[in-house]
Amino acid sequence: MSSEVSDNDRRRFLTAATVVVGAVGTGFVAVPFIKSWNPSARARSAGAPIKADISKLEMGQQIIFKWQGKPVWVVRRDQKALATLSKVAENLRDADSEDSIQPDYARNEHRSIKPEYLVIVGICTHLGCSPTYRPNMIEADFLGGFFCPCHGSKFDFSGRVYTGVPAPTNLTVPPHYYIDDGLILIGEDGVA
Amino acid sequence: MNKVLIIVATLLSPVMAWGVESTTYPNDEIEIDWDDKASMQRGARTFVNYCMSCHSAAYSRYNRVGQDLGISDEQVLEYLVFTTDVNGEKTKVGQLMKATMTPEYAEKAFGVVPPDLSLIARSRGVNWLYNYLRAFHVDESNPLGMDNSVLPVAMPHVLVELQGYQKAKKVTRVKRINNKDVEYEVIVGFDLIKPGSQSKAEYDQTVYDLVGFLDYLSEPYRQTRINVGKGVIIFLLIFLVLVYFLKKEFWKDIH
Amino acid sequence: MSDNSSKNGIMGWIDARFPLTKMWEEHLSKYYAPKNFNFWYYFGSLALLVLVIQIVTGIFLTMHYKPDGDLAFISVEYIMRDVDWGWLIRYLHSTGSSAFFIVVYLHMFRGVMYGSYQKPRELIWLFGMFIYLALMAEAFMGYLLPWGQMSYWGAQVIISLFGAIPVIGDDLTLWIRGDFVIADATLNRFFALHVVAVPLVLIMLVVMHILALHEVGSNNPEGIEIKKYKDEDGNPLDGIPFHPYYSVKDLVGVVVFLILFSVVVFFMPEMGGYFLEHANFVPANQYQTPEHIAPVWYFTPYYAILRAVPDKLLGVILMFAAIFMLFILPWIDRGKVHSIRYRSTSFKWLLGMLVVSFIGLGYLGALPLSDIRTFFARVYSIGYFGFFLGLWWISKNEKTKPVPERIQ
Repeated sequence: MSSEVSDNDRRRFLTAATVVVGAVGTGFVAVPFIKSWNPSARARSAGAPIKADISKLEMGQQIIFKWQGKPVWVVRRDQKALATLSKVAENLRDADSEDSIQPDYARNEHRSIKPEYLVIVGICTHLGCSPTYRPNMIEADFLGGFFCPCHGSKFDFSGRVYTGVPAPTNLTVPPHYYIDDGLILIGEDGVA
Repeated sequence: MNKVLIIVATLLSPVMAWGVESTTYPNDEIEIDWDDKASMQRGARTFVNYCMSCHSAAYSRYNRVGQDLGISDEQVLEYLVFTTDVNGEKTKVGQLMKATMTPEYAEKAFGVVPPDLSLIARSRGVNWLYNYLRAFHVDESNPLGMDNSVLPVAMPHVLVELQGYQKAKKVTRVKRINNKDVEYEVIVGFDLIKPGSQSKAEYDQTVYDLVGFLDYLSEPYRQTRINVGKGVIIFLLIFLVLVYFLKKEFWKDIH
Repeated sequence: MSDNSSKNGIMGWIDARFPLTKMWEEHLSKYYAPKNFNFWYYFGSLALLVLVIQIVTGIFLTMHYKPDGDLAFISVEYIMRDVDWGWLIRYLHSTGSSAFFIVVYLHMFRGVMYGSYQKPRELIWLFGMFIYLALMAEAFMGYLLPWGQMSYWGAQVIISLFGAIPVIGDDLTLWIRGDFVIADATLNRFFALHVVAVPLVLIMLVVMHILALHEVGSNNPEGIEIKKYKDEDGNPLDGIPFHPYYSVKDLVGVVVFLILFSVVVFFMPEMGGYFLEHANFVPANQYQTPEHIAPVWYFTPYYAILRAVPDKLLGVILMFAAIFMLFILPWIDRGKVHSIRYRSTSFKWLLGMLVVSFIGLGYLGALPLSDIRTFFARVYSIGYFGFFLGLWWISKNEKTKPVPERIQ
């Protein structure tokens, strides 16, 4: 019976079609469940940009702000600190910040918009400890900056990582812009 | 089969008839048009300006309201956000819509915290709300000076400057309870004794807008739900045709 | 042993260590089911589907829900508004819980119509009844979790019923609640039971239910035993392998069900206040009782029986008796004929009386009391119990029609 052969083909086609459409449907069903793991509106709201008041920040001082659960430092660097940046360049792993995370406007020697103020995420790129601000620590090649107590990683006054330490990249610079001279918005790029 | 159905219906019918409910005045029914964003925007404005001093909408976020009603974040901040956080900083647009009054203060001031209104349209219904907000009337015997024919008064008439003052038109009716004739009064209408800044039609519109906004507030994702649903049903109908032919094909084997 | 086909190789490796192919054949590709399954036979597989839906959606809800008296209600609204697609997961779970009962009631009704509880299937029926009990416990505890007004006060009323038990009643309710009133302690323990304990029990019971079924073989609308006549391979002449015939047929049933299910989930999740009750959109307030407390619709028949009886303890006893009657149905029915198709007219009338009474009770259980409603609740309660008494009476010497030997 020739109908037997075409029946089998028909059967195979219908089965295949059902499996395919069924798989597509299952995929559609999976999407909401997977998406429900995304940060909720509450998490996004808590992670919203913050306003950092730096109007009272003194020379050489560091203030710590909290953004998206992370510490963000604003450090007011004096001329002495800024002068060290070119001196230590040869001891750095990534002096030009090619591998590290920062907005385009922070891809420079002082890794910031204004040389005087450093805005940087205070989490060591090794295993996540928070380094300490050591402006006066001079030790061999290290001319001051940030020192991570957990495993000894060293960063310069721009958060750039030294060679010979476990941390692989420079500290991250978050998106930010100046609302005015005394107020920085951390978490968003400014309008160009 | 028909005989069975008739008997079933007869046996169940007496039970069905006893669903009488008392009607209070006003007793209008409305239907909210979810496509009328302008109405809901006006409602949002009324809500934030009049209700949010005491009532929070603390399950809802400002930016969500803005997105759904077509209001930008900047406009939301300017026209809808009047609160600050504990540090004195203006409430951010992604935060929850809390009342100006803290619950602790409200408890001291009123003895009870005014209920959150995020879900009021789902627990009371839009008709109830529409009638309630238009049912305030002057009543000397009440400490607040007013009463409400839909719900014995529990809050001041915050919209009184818009509606004006009404007086209830009452009628005496007689009911038979326990073989005795009992007289009782029923409100059948309102007379305006002192006009507010809006006419009756304008005030009805204001309340309609406000209730529409509350309806939105109670289920902001309703439009999404309906739209996704349409897609799901269409997909399933196509799939049904497919599996039906699959079944028919395999069952050719069975006799 | 080497083999060129990789699939055979893998299957061979597994089968040498785990009875996978054996299970596949025993329960699917070589499980012979009667070829005349009709509409009423969809609901078993649908119940399994709804169980899966509830478990998956329940797990995802647990990822965001907070079982704390102060946080529970707001965490549900957090899921509805702030969690991406949270509203869908919630509506699937709330609709699923009502769907579960609709499917299970229809599944049980099939059993009563076709005598599926009769010998040799009494144990399947008993497992099924335990599943029903576990399901009611699961639904009751799950309903407390949103911590709305109806959640709180519904639980308050039902748990206080246990207070009617003489001598131990008060201590028992205190022990169940873990506090003097329904409180955070109650919520937390109900959460643990609802999320972990009862689902495990349910899954175990469902497995046992299906194993017991497969041991004996399925009943069918004619009520005849297909194993009586076998072919030369030992397979029932009137039977067909479950896979592919019933897997493919049940797939159609699944899609139809999903369409109806989706219509509710996406277009009317509240179902007029029957699936999601209006009072439950108000946070629980232990100082303010809602105007009208009613259990969720699937409990209303039993609630109606409870309220119909003027005495509290007697009402509780009768309410549990109503469920107990179902347990012992295989022994109440002394008849030998399985299916309604060949049973007496009396049986058909009795079954009709059961249906009308159960639906009537359910309708009344959702409404506030009144004299006329209490009267009818009593009438329908008598009708409900009357089914069992009547069945016991008529089944001894029932005037049945001759049952065919083979399925036509």
